[in-house]
Amino acid sequence: MAEAEGIILAGVELRLGAHDFRFDCDLPQGKIIAVTGPSGSGKSTFLNLLAGFETPDRGGILLAGQDATSLHPSERPVSLVFQDNNLFAHLDLFTNVGLGISPSLKLSTEDRKRISEALARVGLAGFERRKPGTLSGGERQRAAFARALVRDKPILLLDEPFAALDPGLRAGMAELLTMLHRETGNTVLIVSHDPSEVRRLADHAVFVDGGAIRLSAPIDRFLTQDGIPALTTFLQH
Amino acid sequence: MILTAPERRHAIAGGAFSLAGIAVFIGLAVVTLLAAGIGPGGGNPLADPYLLRVLRFTLLQATLSTLLSILLAIPVARALARQPRFPGRLWLIRLMAVPMGLPVLIGALGLLGIWGRQGVLNQALSGLGLSQPVSIYGLTGILLAHVFFNLPLAARLMLAGLERVPAEYWLMAGGLGMRPASVFRFIEWPVLRGLIPGIAGLIFMLCATSFTLVLILGGGPAATTLEVAIYQALRFDFDPGRAVMLSLLQIIVTAAILGVMALMPAPDDHGLTSGRATRRIDGTLPATRWTDGVLLLFATLFIGSPLASVVVTGLKADLLKLVSQTIFLQATVTSLAIALAAGLLAVLASFAIVRARAAISAERRKTPGLRGLAIALSGTSSLVLLVPPIVLATGWFLALRLFGDPARFAALLIILINALMALPFVIRVIEPAYIVHRRRTERLAASLGLTGLARLRLVDWPGLRKPFFTALSFAMALSLGDLGAVALFGSDRLMTLPWLVYSKLGSYRTNDADGLAFILGLVCLLLTIAGTAGQGRHADEGGRNG
Repeated sequence: MAEAEGIILAGVELRLGAHDFRFDCDLPQGKIIAVTGPSGSGKSTFLNLLAGFETPDRGGILLAGQDATSLHPSERPVSLVFQDNNLFAHLDLFTNVGLGISPSLKLSTEDRKRISEALARVGLAGFERRKPGTLSGGERQRAAFARALVRDKPILLLDEPFAALDPGLRAGMAELLTMLHRETGNTVLIVSHDPSEVRRLADHAVFVDGGAIRLSAPIDRFLTQDGIPALTTFLQH
Repeated sequence: MILTAPERRHAIAGGAFSLAGIAVFIGLAVVTLLAAGIGPGGGNPLADPYLLRVLRFTLLQATLSTLLSILLAIPVARALARQPRFPGRLWLIRLMAVPMGLPVLIGALGLLGIWGRQGVLNQALSGLGLSQPVSIYGLTGILLAHVFFNLPLAARLMLAGLERVPAEYWLMAGGLGMRPASVFRFIEWPVLRGLIPGIAGLIFMLCATSFTLVLILGGGPAATTLEVAIYQALRFDFDPGRAVMLSLLQIIVTAAILGVMALMPAPDDHGLTSGRATRRIDGTLPATRWTDGVLLLFATLFIGSPLASVVVTGLKADLLKLVSQTIFLQATVTSLAIALAAGLLAVLASFAIVRARAAISAERRKTPGLRGLAIALSGTSSLVLLVPPIVLATGWFLALRLFGDPARFAALLIILINALMALPFVIRVIEPAYIVHRRRTERLAASLGLTGLARLRLVDWPGLRKPFFTALSFAMALSLGDLGAVALFGSDRLMTLPWLVYSKLGSYRTNDADGLAFILGLVCLLLTIAGTAGQGRHADEGGRNG
């Protein structure tokens, strides 16, 4: 039952220009799942399919037990965090997080309280009126997490969320992500280029290459496999 | 910058020389006007009801034109930005560049062909049994024409701004489920709000100094702007005193506009369709797609139909007979000679100014004199804009009267005025190219000891040839299409192509005018395309990827 509540791609096929993609997988619910692979392997397309920015030519997508194949991005049970530009630079943090609750910013008193609590939860208490430009890269990503918190969706998709940060900051951010994940029990899917991040964070990992999933396995098995040379190279970095 | 001492001296002296030439040319005209204005005929210009009415109309039509252009450009820019994969989108963006490269006179003829008394629209209306024709003359016509020329400009600048928005914003908006109204409030409007003051300032400036359109579409004293009133005062009423007052008023108006514009961010066209495939989830809703489609269709018709009219009526004229007439050949030779001279002058002066600025900015210890020169050099464009061509021509007209018939100096004056008009645009083309070229080559050239002519031949000319020709063809197109300077000095002895078109129009030889307009428009457009080819290729690639 728990398995059915995760992320399932059944025979998903898609053609973009001259590239063919084919994804089949069944990812566990309530875990942190890392998606890795070389540049141009199809990681972004994989994420776009889950977020709804691309729709498959064939096949079906199940997200948290819901058929999401043809749902609009905003109707899917997912929240998103990109590597950069997660916040509208001309809007303060309160508004940026508030848009996660209501896209036309109709907020109740209860909603306003939740926004401030979420900001406090990610270590940005009292930052409501600050503009993104006055924050560090790490603080901006924290604010993006706060928005994901108020959206309260079963699945959180992250596209290399720490890649633009200093190595020193990454460990702290990963810790925050794990903590929030434990509290909410959501499914986290994180695209990452960084083998040490995968080791540190993931319960389960997926290796994408040439437009298809080459391996999807619990982290122990993923790290000790030796049948895929490209993956072995990746893990040695 | 690594310059040898003589190179440095030459660069700075060249810039100072060009600047001095420009300042003397403009300054003498202004001094003549001031002297004439303070003289016996001079009184308080604001006490003259005619002057006051002209001033009021100038500002009124410029304000309304600006408002309409901006308001109508917003939905067009939004629709274009929201539909990155619309059929014909790239062609519409290219079409919107045409009014900017077309001589104003030709555009006016095209507008007459659609909206005029004998135009397509009025004939269709009377075919339906409606007797009340749409009138293109007077305020309505001026507004229509100004919107035709400036809406595309505003829409392009706004589109460039919207396309600079990080791609993640649009994805985020889709993910959060923002409706078009929310997207406008939280993303599009904040971008546009930052751009609109600069764009509005630019359009207001263009409309407040608009000459040709008002000359053709303005009707009588009720719909006359300062520039056209100057022309009428000199050419028809022989009233230099009034021309002087009007000219001084015009300088005050442009100075005020430039002053306000200096406080605003300058709009820039860079980064248009930068090639990033933007994903706009909000544009895929069927309702949005339909309304955008209808809107873009109307925009295409509005911008495209006058251009189509120029082509259709032009091809109907007896082109072969027209081009074999002596007067056409003479006018063509005169126009081309003036354009080439003006273009070369503008480009060379611009290079001198740009080079001097670069040399001074590389100076580590700047003397107060150098610092002053740098400020003056960077203000050249504003100085040129401050005194519009008609005003400049009026000043020189009055000054040269002392030495006989001003028409004797007409060709030289038109060349100088055309060169000045082009200068701000030419500097904008040359400066970025020059800076990049310098950064790329100066260290290597300095370490090899390449200087003087060898450097010019081996390094600078190959590297700067392209921006040189770009700027030259652009300046030539401006000069070829200009009616302003020639209107004051033109006579049977000095006939340029635009002046010939205008004369034919005035003597109701509209068929001939249409044919000539088509030829002139085509030449100017080809020159502009050649001039923007460097920038255009980038945009095209972007369109193909998107």
